Amino acid sequence: MALRPVVRHRYEAVIVGAGGAGLMAALEASKHCSVAVVSKLYPTRSHTGTAQGGIGAALGNVEPDHWEWHAFDTVKGSDYLADQDAVEFMCQEAIRTIYELEHMGLPFNRTADGKIDQRRFGGHTKDFGKGPVRRSCYAADRTGHMILQTLYQQCIKQQVTFFDEFHVLDVLIRDGRCCGIVALCLATGELHLFHAKAVLLATGGFGRMYQVTSNAHPMTGDGCAVAFRRGIPLEDLEFFQFHPTGIYKLGILITEGARGEGGVLRNGSGERFMERYAPTLLDLAPRDLISRAIYREIREGRGIEGRDYVHLDLTQLDPHLIEQKLPDITDFVRTYLGLDPVRDRIPIQPTAHYAMGGIPTNLDAQVVVDETNRVMPGLYAAGECACVSVHGANRLGTNSLVDIVVFGRRGGGQIAQWVPHAEWVHLSDHAEDVAQERVGRLMTNVGGEAGARIRAEMQQVMMDQVSVFRTEGGLRDALAKLAELRVRYRRVDVRDQSLRFNTELEEALELEDVLDLAWATTVAALGRRESRGAHYREDFPKRDDAQWLKHSLAYLQGEQIQLTTKPVTITRFTPQDRVY
Amino acid sequence: MRVEVKIRRFNPERRAKPYWATYRVDVELTDRVLDALHAVKWHHDGSLAFRRSCAHGICGSDAMLINGKNRLACKVLIRDLRQPIVIEPMRGFPVLKDLMVDMTGFFEKYRAIKPYLVTQGPLPATEQLQSPAERERFDDTTKCILCGACTTSCPSFWANTGYVGPAAIVQAHRFLFDSRDHGTDERLAVLNDQSGVWRCRTIFNCTDACPRGIEVTKAIGEVKKLLVKRSLSPPKPSSK
Repeated sequence: MALRPVVRHRYEAVIVGAGGAGLMAALEASKHCSVAVVSKLYPTRSHTGTAQGGIGAALGNVEPDHWEWHAFDTVKGSDYLADQDAVEFMCQEAIRTIYELEHMGLPFNRTADGKIDQRRFGGHTKDFGKGPVRRSCYAADRTGHMILQTLYQQCIKQQVTFFDEFHVLDVLIRDGRCCGIVALCLATGELHLFHAKAVLLATGGFGRMYQVTSNAHPMTGDGCAVAFRRGIPLEDLEFFQFHPTGIYKLGILITEGARGEGGVLRNGSGERFMERYAPTLLDLAPRDLISRAIYREIREGRGIEGRDYVHLDLTQLDPHLIEQKLPDITDFVRTYLGLDPVRDRIPIQPTAHYAMGGIPTNLDAQVVVDETNRVMPGLYAAGECACVSVHGANRLGTNSLVDIVVFGRRGGGQIAQWVPHAEWVHLSDHAEDVAQERVGRLMTNVGGEAGARIRAEMQQVMMDQVSVFRTEGGLRDALAKLAELRVRYRRVDVRDQSLRFNTELEEALELEDVLDLAWATTVAALGRRESRGAHYREDFPKRDDAQWLKHSLAYLQGEQIQLTTKPVTITRFTPQDRVY
Repeated sequence: MRVEVKIRRFNPERRAKPYWATYRVDVELTDRVLDALHAVKWHHDGSLAFRRSCAHGICGSDAMLINGKNRLACKVLIRDLRQPIVIEPMRGFPVLKDLMVDMTGFFEKYRAIKPYLVTQGPLPATEQLQSPAERERFDDTTKCILCGACTTSCPSFWANTGYVGPAAIVQAHRFLFDSRDHGTDERLAVLNDQSGVWRCRTIFNCTDACPRGIEVTKAIGEVKKLLVKRSLSPPKPSSK
């Protein structure tokens, strides 16, 4: 096996991923120490840019609001699985973080008196559940785009160092401490070894394990997977959010903001069916609940013409409002469906959207590796790849953007404080071996398996058996299929033997990552014998707080995944029935 | 249905010169060109290199020349194109491999216009106020996704790749017309340079190419007017 040349770097901190969490961390950390941001995409291509509807914070600009209400909604939305200390921290920090983003230049929509405008969003209520509240700060329906652009602009101003189009292959751990990463430089095919005192993983989610997803192609969970293979547990993977309104078949997101502005869901007979499922919040109930309602309508034959989709109806909205506040989704519907939301109802189906689970962290974004929350020095995680846990079993709309900016900044700040006092951990002589082996094996395989086929089969079985409704039998079938696919993966070969921009190699590497995460997700889903938030077991349809008010941790041990649990932190909100 | 896709291939590790390759792939009429590229990559030739990410026109990764026009591969549907569908890399940037181009120079120009809010004095404890009308003034140019379609459709840029180009001017516009910004002088110095905004010949290719529907030529015109206005009446320090 031909070894690739290795280029060595030394930075006090390395941040992997250049979406909202990574850039926020970079801005904070690079004020005080040497930082490299390593990203497989050019930063402005990151998936944060596709977030549409808004970022939640109790500014109270258009009606009274309090961070405690935001915290309550987040905890209730999480089906009481979120750690409440983390939620309280996030909802308080959200407010000053929004002002900070505005000061950085983020072009929020404005109220008549010049303040940041706010709109309604699913599950966000006033006075602990008494009705919808306008909490989502937004920039038309491209809030994520504006956050990503603004943070990248600030990184330019602050002269942050970027390694663009570098794909992470391994995270280095020695004597229980993290000491760097290895990445593949896509332009040259060389390996780059980054020796660091601190590493922050901000690699985003892994919706590409599903066939219908709102997630960008590169969302394959690389950071989660490389950590997992190094023995770091993954928390609460069984909770994967399906967003109710993906464009039929394509999965492209139609923001909840469309319903926040007055859009409603209708079934095949034109009925506003959410009246039967969530009498108070209706079409602005949380996502898990609405996605299940849509699946039920379809199962019971009330899809459009009896088929597997329903309608999002914006036709009763003021056309001017649609153009002004929802221009992008209007463009998507016109481009991809040839329909006009002003006149036509939009065919939608739930689309795989967001991983609530991920790499376990504490409030300081430090990675914690067991049920006692023992810290792994030098390793941090933030954003969708992390699980702090503020989203518990189901994330509320707008809270992903809150999460990335609040905990990205927190992680960056903590690194800046810690790094000056931390000792360097010496790298072993074989630091790059795992990375060399991963690349070398794929380049020399002659097994004749096509990665694209394995990926398609994985996405199909995950969609069929590990999505909105789950059963023991279905999950076991999925496990068997995934085991077969993991065996076949070892025979995947890469035909393109060139070094530069070998995107066939990159896709094969991504497949290994997302396949491992699909496996772990399925194991975790089989383990949790209750229904909570986005995890719905038809064979265990009730939430079971006595047995299951706890987080799951999945560890890779050899060729097995071991599950264990850890307690949920409850501060002020006692679990109650979740009615909307 | 089966469609024919003709792609300009280039991999200097294999062959010194670019060449054309034709593929027949199975796609739906409502599929995107990106789906056809994936069909080639996943079922015919894995070595085909192109960038893509979000696949719905927001991330700006997959701008390329499709049937002679700069388009995002994820925003053009097969049904709207004549066959064979001819796909080439954007013009004016060095080609790295197949449809991947070197955008280093593009982003250097972006950085040159200081693409960040320049504030002055202490900031308020809450948000800076901005009226809806002030916010609307630069709304169009906030849509830019830095895909490069405008700059690489511009004959002035082809003639002189030192030209700062429409994308950087759009980015400058986004700040120049933001009521909160105080960086006008620094930016206009760059734009008034011989490689600056005056190289624009108002050909409108950029507006036609923009996948976000930004009125690029209009934005450039507004920047030109701002420059003229300020050369006639030099601003007082620290005002707009």
